[in-house]
Amino acid sequence: MRSLPARLSVALVLVLTLGTLVAVATRAQVGSGLAAADWAAIRFTLWQAMASAGVSVLLAIPVARALARRQFRGRSALVMLLGAPFLLPVIVAVLGLLAVFGRGGIANDALGLIGVAPVSIYGAGGVILAHVFFNLPLAVRLILQGWLDIPSERFRLAAQLNAPMWRVLEWPMLQRVLPGAALVIFLICLTSFAVALILGGGPRATTVELAIYQAIRFDFDLGRAALLAAIQFALCAVAAAIAWRITPLDGLGGGLDRTVARWDRSPLDWVWLVAVTLFLVTPLVMIVLRGLPGLSQLPDSIWAAAGRSIAVAAGSTILSVLMALSLALRGGRIANLAGVLPLASSALVMGTGLFVIVYAFVSPTAVALPVTMLVNAVLALPFGLRVLGPAVRDVRANYDRLSQSLGLSGWAALRIVMLPRLRRPLGFAAGLAAALSMGDLGVIALFATDAQETLPLAMYRLMGAYQMEAAASAALLLLGLSLAAFWICDRGGRVDADL
Amino acid sequence: MKTTFASVAALICASPALAQTPTLNVYTYDSFTSEWGPGPAIEQAFEAECGCDLVFTGAGDGAALLARLQLEGARTDADVVLGLDTNLTAAAAATGLFAPHGVTADFALPITWDDDTFLPFDWGYLAFVAQADTPSVASFQELADSDLSIVVQDPRSSTPGLGLLMWVQAVHGDQAGAIWEGLSDNIVTVTPGWTEAYNLFLEGEADAVLSYTTSPAYHLIAEEDATKTSWAFDGGNYLQVEVAAKVAGTDQSALADQFMAFIATPAFQEVIPTTNWMYPATDVALPDGFETLTLPETGLLLSSQDAAAIRDTALETWRNALSQ
Repeated sequence: MRSLPARLSVALVLVLTLGTLVAVATRAQVGSGLAAADWAAIRFTLWQAMASAGVSVLLAIPVARALARRQFRGRSALVMLLGAPFLLPVIVAVLGLLAVFGRGGIANDALGLIGVAPVSIYGAGGVILAHVFFNLPLAVRLILQGWLDIPSERFRLAAQLNAPMWRVLEWPMLQRVLPGAALVIFLICLTSFAVALILGGGPRATTVELAIYQAIRFDFDLGRAALLAAIQFALCAVAAAIAWRITPLDGLGGGLDRTVARWDRSPLDWVWLVAVTLFLVTPLVMIVLRGLPGLSQLPDSIWAAAGRSIAVAAGSTILSVLMALSLALRGGRIANLAGVLPLASSALVMGTGLFVIVYAFVSPTAVALPVTMLVNAVLALPFGLRVLGPAVRDVRANYDRLSQSLGLSGWAALRIVMLPRLRRPLGFAAGLAAALSMGDLGVIALFATDAQETLPLAMYRLMGAYQMEAAASAALLLLGLSLAAFWICDRGGRVDADL
Repeated sequence: MKTTFASVAALICASPALAQTPTLNVYTYDSFTSEWGPGPAIEQAFEAECGCDLVFTGAGDGAALLARLQLEGARTDADVVLGLDTNLTAAAAATGLFAPHGVTADFALPITWDDDTFLPFDWGYLAFVAQADTPSVASFQELADSDLSIVVQDPRSSTPGLGLLMWVQAVHGDQAGAIWEGLSDNIVTVTPGWTEAYNLFLEGEADAVLSYTTSPAYHLIAEEDATKTSWAFDGGNYLQVEVAAKVAGTDQSALADQFMAFIATPAFQEVIPTTNWMYPATDVALPDGFETLTLPETGLLLSSQDAAAIRDTALETWRNALSQ
């Protein structure tokens, strides 16, 4: 199925990532090359991204395992809520985190009660804490998916043979899932800008993305910005190559698409679940509490912005899922590449490059919302692909021969064999895309005036105009909309399914 | 396909130009055009006298504004740019995109103003803003010696942050590095922009935040909250002067001139204090509450050439001192 949609998707990804970089480079005048400070930034960026990815993935293993082994009321609600931090605009999440871990946060208040001196969140530890807060849920979801994808027949077989479950089933599954999950999180943290700067405590915590920001905004040194963005892509390429090299393929047969009720449980499961829920949900509760008082007095412009955000999210979700599906069906190196390039792209370089490209034809303001929709679709693509890719591979491995013997191919095979088995991952991918698009501040700021303002941009502008209470309520609205968008899509994929 | 798309889009964009009223495009920073900013009132007042359509386009902050104009180059739709500050005017002048403003006015600035391209429309003193009951300090040295915690903005991504860099440089010169080293244990964190820093301060993450002497006026007038104050420093407080400029390639030259002249009139200036929370650039009456604000003895400002010349060295000093 080397189809036209797959080719179009790859083309769009390439234009938005490498194409925008070239567009920025073409506008460069004299470049100043890399300074010593840039190398320090590269070192810090790599270090914090590796640490954040490592910690997130390691913590996610026991949590995902506990979720896979336990059935309880509210489990699916918990799984959904765990996705929330990932979907929040950075400044909202950081303020939520600070309300818990900051100088005046409840964690330090609690320490004060037992007579312990307050702990400062600022520094490398704070950066990693925030990145884990953002990415642990994603890691849990990706790894949980791996657990759920182990057919129940294998568990039963292993139990019958009295084989060690961990060694024959779970560890091989983790070997397949972990490198990909770690890669995604590594790349997300690679391009981190505001988290690293706000919580890093000073210029030690300078990331490459900040250097790009400075090059474009303050020096208008587009050559240097393009060079730094190219370095980000190079780092991405190396990381992706390593991750793919160490990912083995699954060789066992399939099952009947049923999730098993597990019997090998440990009381530790509850400890992990409670701990991670507290860690992830408390900051969210703080965001809700801060936002509630002003909710009824939100200005009309915010509701209009919310409407635009919903429209953009709907469009980019459809586009993103179609792209992810076409690429997952096509598979291969090109699809893999398209699945990581957007993660490594600098938001500012992408926005600036798009501005240069668009400006050659039309007023950027006129196309602000369509461009935002496209960009959001491409930015969400890696997550959709990460979810759909393995699922498609499994269906292929398990049903291709049967399909061929029945003469099913093309659209019929897609409709009868593939799509019914992809419902859960499709819903999850759509939910991620919708919520990510809802919360994204990325390129819209470069293009939009008031008339095209989306909710995250409107919220940020409220903060800039001293309207902190209204901004807190807008943040709550954003959190609600993101979760609702995620819930609707994810639910849609799980109707009639076992989980 | 591309041609169809481009021509349709061109038609959409061209339609306002076909209308009878001329349009004046003013690029500015986001908070200027927001419904709490000066934009709406100024638009109404100017449209009443110009018979034109005044369109504000918000483009991020001051630095983003200049970058936007540089990206668009001579083809830009902007007729006037409003919201650069003196840290940016040297780079702005070097682009050759701006024309002389031709406005004469009695400016009420703490310094003399003789730039014929960039017209000041408001100004303020940078200052550390704190709760009124926080023990105050009167110099960078005292601040460095104290246990007070502060949040500042990154000079590489924020204009107030760059102003602070110039402030330390203007007061301490060669000793700036030692001052920054002294301050390093007071600085809780460095944020990308004013918004993040001010929010951290309001959340109680630090005792003080780099902002303006006029920030407490917002809390006092809009929120009836008199608990915020700002500190005057003995060596003086650095100034931020915000300027507007006419774009040389404008197709609405007369209208742009009319708007530049309007900037220096009371109709524009009187809107500034309670919407942009800065001091007006000419001598108009200040609203009640402004008399309570801290008034530094001296307003410091490096010339835009000096600021541009020392910026890279000052940044290096700052980074080295804070990276240890």
